Amino acid sequence: MALAKRIIPCLDVDRGRVVKGVNFVGIRDAGDPVEIARRYNEEGADEITFLDITASHEERDTTVQTVEQIAREVFIPLTVGGGIRALQDIRTMLNAGADKVSINTAAIHDPDLVSAAAARFGSQCIVVAIDVKRVSEPESPPRYELFTHGGRKSTGIEAVSWAKKMAALGAGELLLTSMDRDGTRDGFELTITREITDSVDIPVIASGGVGTLQHLADGVTQGGADAVLAASIFHFGEYTVREAKQFMFSEGIPMRL
Amino acid sequence: MTQRVAVIDYGMGNLHSVASALEHAGALEVIVTHDHAVISKADRVVFPGVGGIRDCMDAIRGLGCDQLLEQAITVERKPVLAICVGMQSLMTTSEENGGVACLNQVPGEVTFFGSPHLASDGARLKVPHMGWNQVVQKRAHPLWAGIESGTHFYFVHSYHVVPNDPDLVAGTFDYGLSGCAALARDNVFATQFHPEKSHQAGLTLLKNFLSWDGTC
Repeated sequence: MALAKRIIPCLDVDRGRVVKGVNFVGIRDAGDPVEIARRYNEEGADEITFLDITASHEERDTTVQTVEQIAREVFIPLTVGGGIRALQDIRTMLNAGADKVSINTAAIHDPDLVSAAAARFGSQCIVVAIDVKRVSEPESPPRYELFTHGGRKSTGIEAVSWAKKMAALGAGELLLTSMDRDGTRDGFELTITREITDSVDIPVIASGGVGTLQHLADGVTQGGADAVLAASIFHFGEYTVREAKQFMFSEGIPMRL
Repeated sequence: MTQRVAVIDYGMGNLHSVASALEHAGALEVIVTHDHAVISKADRVVFPGVGGIRDCMDAIRGLGCDQLLEQAITVERKPVLAICVGMQSLMTTSEENGGVACLNQVPGEVTFFGSPHLASDGARLKVPHMGWNQVVQKRAHPLWAGIESGTHFYFVHSYHVVPNDPDLVAGTFDYGLSGCAALARDNVFATQFHPEKSHQAGLTLLKNFLSWDGTC
């Protein structure tokens, strides 16, 4: 009897359509986030993360409608991230049916948003996304810093102290993405994952770099993550969520099968 | 049996998930409201809750939801399902927010997991208790129909209830301690987990609630 580790498929959505390619057999519309969320729900996903990468603020209404549609038929937790800048954005997404929101860049510009959001809506729905890159030389002690703009812009903020600060401000969970690994399919950046999971008392989701089922298991067994997030290995139909859960279970990880 | 369900809305967050899940489970009519007249006409009542207990209790009392719950539970004796902070609100007091007096419908306390919160083997456990954990059924109840003991449900909480009467515990979870996952007393069933977020098992429990006559 133990709390299960979670598998979280992630949908990157631009103007109401899933991007980064989705290629399921038997799916009618590969870009429809509602249909894809339904599919993952049926496969036994533990949660779904919906990342809005829509550039313009005006087109965000589409996102709200999509979140509403997903929440009406998918009865597992739904996290929405991307473009969350103010308490009103959080209120809008929670009202649309999100269970949690993920705050990224706005937390860097205004850390008080995290504490205000936790006080207003409860820590349980406030996820802080941390995008990191290794900045130290290969031979020197590892140092990771926060990056914004898809990993292009450095902030100079050290990752572990930032994670502790976010937890202290009231974040209920951290979504840690290695921008060095994102899209590489080389596996999670386990060093920083382990360092952060050991440094905070709140759950940590590992993200960035999954290419195999072993990578998912490693995120938990070596990285110490409470949940693992992946997009492409599920989108392209290489593995179903159910296969991933069964593999992790066979590695001795407590899972909800 | 008619299935008109009132979901009590005291302004503390998104209740669409609860309402959609109840509709999905077969409710003919789901009304999200704090209107006393509407709630008194409903066949059954769902009392959800998210967020901090102090704000919740202020909102509950501010809208007179304490009185309408009292009415539904002890006078009209309707089937009532309390979820998460809704369950915690039924207790006597909560440690959260420096100590908050609750509704005292079910004598007992709401206590913090602790920081650090340790497993029996000394491992550090994350708080909040967030994710899917197994619920061991401690007694037979109509709301468990079709759900095996040990089934996973979705939890997200940092405080947990300890009823004075241990016989009220209908299900437990294991997370560094044996916690109360569900309690049952007469026409009240309360869950620390979120049935509306617990996929098929949660929908089954909600379906059972819709056909429950309030006895056990």
